[in-house]
Amino acid sequence: MTRERAMVPEAEFRSYYGRPVIKAPIWHEPHMPTYLYLGGLSGVSSSMAVMARLTGHPRLARTARVAAAAGAALGAGLLAAELGRPARFLNMLRVFKPTSPMSVGSWILAAQGGLSAIAVAGDLASDLPKTGGRAGRLPGAGGSAGRLPVAAGLAGFLSGAGGLAGRLPGAGGLVGLLPVAGDAALLATGVTGPLTATYTAVLIADTAVPAWHEAYRELPFLFAGSAMAAAGAACMLGTPPAHAGPARAVAALGAAMETVAGQVLERRLGFIGEPYRTGRAGRLMRAARVLTVGGGLLAVVAGRGRTLTALSGLALTAGSLYTRFGILEAGRASAADPKYTVVPQRRRLDAQSSPDRGSDAGAAQPAS
Amino acid sequence: MAERMGFFTDTSICIGCKACEVACKEWNQLPDDGFVFEATSYDNTGTLGASTWRHVAFIEQSRPVAAGGDDGVDRWLMSSDVCKHCTHAACLDVCPTGALFRTEFDTVVVQSDVCNGCGYCVPACPYGVIDRREDDGRAWKCTMCYDRQLGGLEPACAKACPTDSIQFGPLDELRARAEERVTRLRADGNTEARLYGESPDDGVGGAGAFFLLLDEPEVYGLPPDPVVTTRDLPAMWRWAGAAALSAVGAVALAFLGTGERR
Amino acid sequence: MAECHPVGFQWVVEAKARGARVFHVDPRFTRTSALADRYLPIRAGSDIVLLGALINHVLANELDFREYVLAYTNAATLVSEDFRDTEDLDGLFSGWDPETGTYDPRSWAYEPVGEQPSAEQAEGGRRDAEAAGADTYGAGGPAAHPSPRTDPTLTHPRCVYQILKRHFARYTPELVEQLCGIPRDGFAELAEAVTANSGRERTTAWVYSVGWTQHTVGAQYIRTASILQLLLGNMGRPGGGILALRGHASIQGSTDIPTLFNILPGYLDMPNAHRHGGLDHYLELEGGTTGFWGNRRAYLVSLLKAWWGEAATEANDFCFGHLPRITGDHGHYTTVMGQIDGTVKGYFVVGENPAVGSSGGRAQRLGLANLDWLVVRDLTLVETATFWLDGPELETGETRTEDIGTEVFFLPAASHVEKEGTFTNTQRLLQWREKALDPVGDRRSELWFYYHLGKLIRQRLTDDEIDRPVRELTWDYPEHGVHREPSAAAVLREINGVGPDGRALSTSTQLRADGSTTCGCWIYCGVYADEVNQAARRRPGREQSAVAPEWGWAWPANKRILYNRASADPEGRPWSERKAYVWWDAERGEWTGHDVPDCEIGKPPGYVPPEGAFAQASLAGTDPFIMQSDGKGWLYVPTGLVDGPLPTHYEPHESPVGNPLYSQQANPARHTYHRPESPYNAPGGRFPYVLTTYRLTEHHTAGAMSRPLAYLAELQPELFCEVSPRLAEELGLVNGGWATIVTSRAVVEARVLVTGRVRPLRVGGRVVHQVGLPYHWGWGGGGLVTGDVANDLMPLVLDPNVYIQESKAMTCDVLPGRRPRGPAVLDLLERYRDG
Repeated sequence: MTRERAMVPEAEFRSYYGRPVIKAPIWHEPHMPTYLYLGGLSGVSSSMAVMARLTGHPRLARTARVAAAAGAALGAGLLAAELGRPARFLNMLRVFKPTSPMSVGSWILAAQGGLSAIAVAGDLASDLPKTGGRAGRLPGAGGSAGRLPVAAGLAGFLSGAGGLAGRLPGAGGLVGLLPVAGDAALLATGVTGPLTATYTAVLIADTAVPAWHEAYRELPFLFAGSAMAAAGAACMLGTPPAHAGPARAVAALGAAMETVAGQVLERRLGFIGEPYRTGRAGRLMRAARVLTVGGGLLAVVAGRGRTLTALSGLALTAGSLYTRFGILEAGRASAADPKYTVVPQRRRLDAQSSPDRGSDAGAAQPAS
Repeated sequence: MAERMGFFTDTSICIGCKACEVACKEWNQLPDDGFVFEATSYDNTGTLGASTWRHVAFIEQSRPVAAGGDDGVDRWLMSSDVCKHCTHAACLDVCPTGALFRTEFDTVVVQSDVCNGCGYCVPACPYGVIDRREDDGRAWKCTMCYDRQLGGLEPACAKACPTDSIQFGPLDELRARAEERVTRLRADGNTEARLYGESPDDGVGGAGAFFLLLDEPEVYGLPPDPVVTTRDLPAMWRWAGAAALSAVGAVALAFLGTGERR
Repeated sequence: MAECHPVGFQWVVEAKARGARVFHVDPRFTRTSALADRYLPIRAGSDIVLLGALINHVLANELDFREYVLAYTNAATLVSEDFRDTEDLDGLFSGWDPETGTYDPRSWAYEPVGEQPSAEQAEGGRRDAEAAGADTYGAGGPAAHPSPRTDPTLTHPRCVYQILKRHFARYTPELVEQLCGIPRDGFAELAEAVTANSGRERTTAWVYSVGWTQHTVGAQYIRTASILQLLLGNMGRPGGGILALRGHASIQGSTDIPTLFNILPGYLDMPNAHRHGGLDHYLELEGGTTGFWGNRRAYLVSLLKAWWGEAATEANDFCFGHLPRITGDHGHYTTVMGQIDGTVKGYFVVGENPAVGSSGGRAQRLGLANLDWLVVRDLTLVETATFWLDGPELETGETRTEDIGTEVFFLPAASHVEKEGTFTNTQRLLQWREKALDPVGDRRSELWFYYHLGKLIRQRLTDDEIDRPVRELTWDYPEHGVHREPSAAAVLREINGVGPDGRALSTSTQLRADGSTTCGCWIYCGVYADEVNQAARRRPGREQSAVAPEWGWAWPANKRILYNRASADPEGRPWSERKAYVWWDAERGEWTGHDVPDCEIGKPPGYVPPEGAFAQASLAGTDPFIMQSDGKGWLYVPTGLVDGPLPTHYEPHESPVGNPLYSQQANPARHTYHRPESPYNAPGGRFPYVLTTYRLTEHHTAGAMSRPLAYLAELQPELFCEVSPRLAEELGLVNGGWATIVTSRAVVEARVLVTGRVRPLRVGGRVVHQVGLPYHWGWGGGGLVTGDVANDLMPLVLDPNVYIQESKAMTCDVLPGRRPRGPAVLDLLERYRDG
């Protein structure tokens, strides 16, 4: 029997000089994790804007609309900057490939970006005085509808749409159309927003990086929670505390979802999840957890207190960012150490070749 | 579509001359990878990458020598690695622009005039083959000499290989030949000889470039049981959809459940 | 072989696939070992012990192919009563003269029959020691009596067989273990395989390269293998033989059409000013009249006619007087000493890089620095052309640029794809190479350079008598192309030779001594047969027999296996069906077979030469070794060698081990240079390790053709040394770190590769460590990668037969870390030299 002895670097399991089997993600800091953060921010902000619009939270709705549009726009900018050939950014929209989460995501992001921009534009346009009035009016379909529950909000939407016919465009006709289009776009972001916030989990899970791929169940929840925390925090910070109640609730729920998903992820992944616990990624993830849990708790107790709200918002924002940086770093670490690739695959093979082979055996049926 | 073409790399007769690496770089006009002494046997290439489409691995193995007690290497494995041109190719699946495509020879090739360098294919590959060239911004990998094949020529590496360790041809023929070879090696007492990547039932649906190895794949830096990541993609979308709905629900709850008004 | 001849190694892989067993013997476990069935580690410099023990194994167990040995070798021949073996004289053969440090070879001769050669005629020994005379035996042996006394029972104590038996009796498996470091079971396996795979049905081949030649007993290494192969009946038969793998493309060609100082084309001796008078005197002294060498007058006259054409007439000795004369040793290293001493003023360096590629680089560079002029022709600006600007001696302060007066001319050369011509590869196969593109810029082929240089020189000649030889040269090749390139095909045709009718000759037997034929190299006669460039033939192997006679052209006469008469038994029948190659067809009355028979085609096996027969007529129908004067394979060499008629084990000039066989430690006849520029390592503990050098697949020789190429340079970017894990531990060497290797010549730093492929060997009861160094690096030369010059470490000590340097086995010390810089290098060397 041949005894293995690495003449050069020693390693406990068998590998080729300890070199990685797979290539680590080449996405850069801060672009990629910041984009993940911004995408989440934008996506859930859209959901919040829709809800705020429907439930008559105009201040919050404006903040959320702006956050959604800004997040999408900045995120798209970061994505383009991340490309090796940024000038070919539009090649993303050359095809629609269901097998590529990035292709699907590009279309989602394009839609989200466009729609959220229109939603903001519409909102801002509705501020414009019909005849040279001053800015500063509260947004919304109409002041009276402001306090109405969802049904009334929907009615507001409809009345806005209905009023369209009456408000024939004159010189400022197109501008006049904007609030309506904005609301329509906003409604559409109710679909694109949540997708924007969660497709990124599929994006990174659909790789050979063990810590990502094996976490494909939990990552979307982790991302959704992180996105809620981020959006909630942004809206808390960008809205007078008196108007930000739902935002605090979103933030707190998000923090909870993120924390729970993270716990489940680490528990279920075990050895493969090690990169989330160790090294730089581990430090980032631990910091993220402290900030998220702390920020979430603060959000619950902050009420209308400005300082606590600010602290909570900043903590949650930082927590969400740390999570994204930590996840990228964990992916890199997972790819860089061949044991995460080799050991689980070896175990799988050994299980298959053992007499009581599991149900796992059999041909792989890829999606494509 | 023409017959599926492939590589059979028989590492039992590889002499580690690296002619494949050089011929590949010559034909494809790839840049050098820097001049670094790695002190990993005779391998100063290290790994496949954007500018290295063939990589010869060198593995020194020893067992204790009874007389004198001095260990000496008694096996020096060499193997020329290359893109596997998977039946189910993750790089191709995840490419958002269609830059990666399947040719009429059933190989997987990057169209460098389309690739925008998103880098998604890089971590998607279960073998760590494709990579982005940072100065150029695009992803590159073995094309199985698509241009040469179009001209009726075999790929440069196979052409240059002096011992026919790298064989090129119709995949079916290669699989039959490989089966014969591994049977013979085993009969000659080489019980560790095995084929890698030849089975259409494996996690990538069978590789277009497969190998005869003399030890476990991970010893050569190859994943022992690679699976194309997109196999789980439908499940991923389902979980993401659930998460999205959960988020929507949670946001709704936050708004509807929040009693306070401004 | 896989390391340095990977393309040729495909045939080993193919042979393996067909059932051949491959053994690899090497100081290191190399890429060849990786594919061998069995690897045997060996201490560098001890191969004669291993081969001698195989011979002893064959003789002691009577495993020789007796019928072959009796019929085709000189085993039965009786040797002179005056002969004394090294076993009798403690490591010296009879005839040793301690005054001159040379042998008088006359006591080595066969038992006298009739007239004996004069002292002047006796080949080998002192006479050949002067100027590497043994090089002339590249195409056949020196003269010996064609029909000496024999004892076919092989029992006479003075018959060669019994002499061999006694000589090799001490070469036992125990000695192999003790001196080579090869365990007994490994030797037993090798001995069993070699003998079991020899005989009627099977053959064994030996393949060697410079690992056998670059020793002070290099020629004798090959001799030992020859003895073994002759005893086992493995010469002249398919699958047998001893294959030399060359160090460069066309090295075989460069001895056939020599770039050596001591021979003319076709292995004719270069005339010596002190020894030779006219043509007749030369022919009388150089070689006998029997065997194919008996025709040497025809070969030489045809050469002279090719060179001097109409000017060469019978009346003027066919311009024999026009040939340059040597006066002694003008070999590479002696020339370098002449440069240092100021007796050599000018130097052409063509396609070589001695400042990096030759042994004792420091002496090389000191020589270059003391020239009046230097011409370097190469592909890149090699270190030999820039030593005055950036050489290591400038760093140490030994020389200064402003003190170097050498005028250096660098002329860019065309590469092999930019010129046409032939390569002659190791199995004597000539292959024509087309030009792929015209050379760019000022680059020109060697042919262009020398041809046009010759034209310019001839324009400047006067009517002075001293200029006559150059004036009368035939110098009129057709020119073509933009660069007025002389026609290489015309040169090849001139080498082939033409008959009185002006047509290309077909074979060397057409050559005449009367001046009616011309031939630039008699062994190449036939390469342009039928006015066709036979070397350009490219018929694929699948369209012809396994011998593939229509792929290129092999000298002589397109014979693919030399001496293939030996593939048939004395009656002319194949030894076995399996190994049938050429045979006598009695019905047609001629030899036939798969290859061109290497004998006179119509000479029946039963032919007995008449008394006093000349040239090939003196060879019997059973004599296969037709270039030998007696037609026999020489187990014992009665004449021609400088350092003894039999190989015997001597330690390398520098060795950490004593020679247990004799008090004579090293080859007494070896060629040494006791010079301050290149001192020898003192024996003793100061230099405890064995150092050996070699090449890597990824680079070519001194690196001028590989270091400037990114695709090659990146594969092996730095000079490294290979050491065993145990030595690394002892010395504190770290894998990937640095080590400094010291000899009394130089200090070299290298990266460390700790590898179990280098094993410590147990030699003479103690552990001997070997250190391996590839030698491809230099400080510049347009290289993308640079490194210290490994060859600077080498001693200048030569094999006395052919003047090859001993660069495969020497001693050294190793220190962890990088070497000192600047003058501190000299301080370190000083400490080592003082012991």
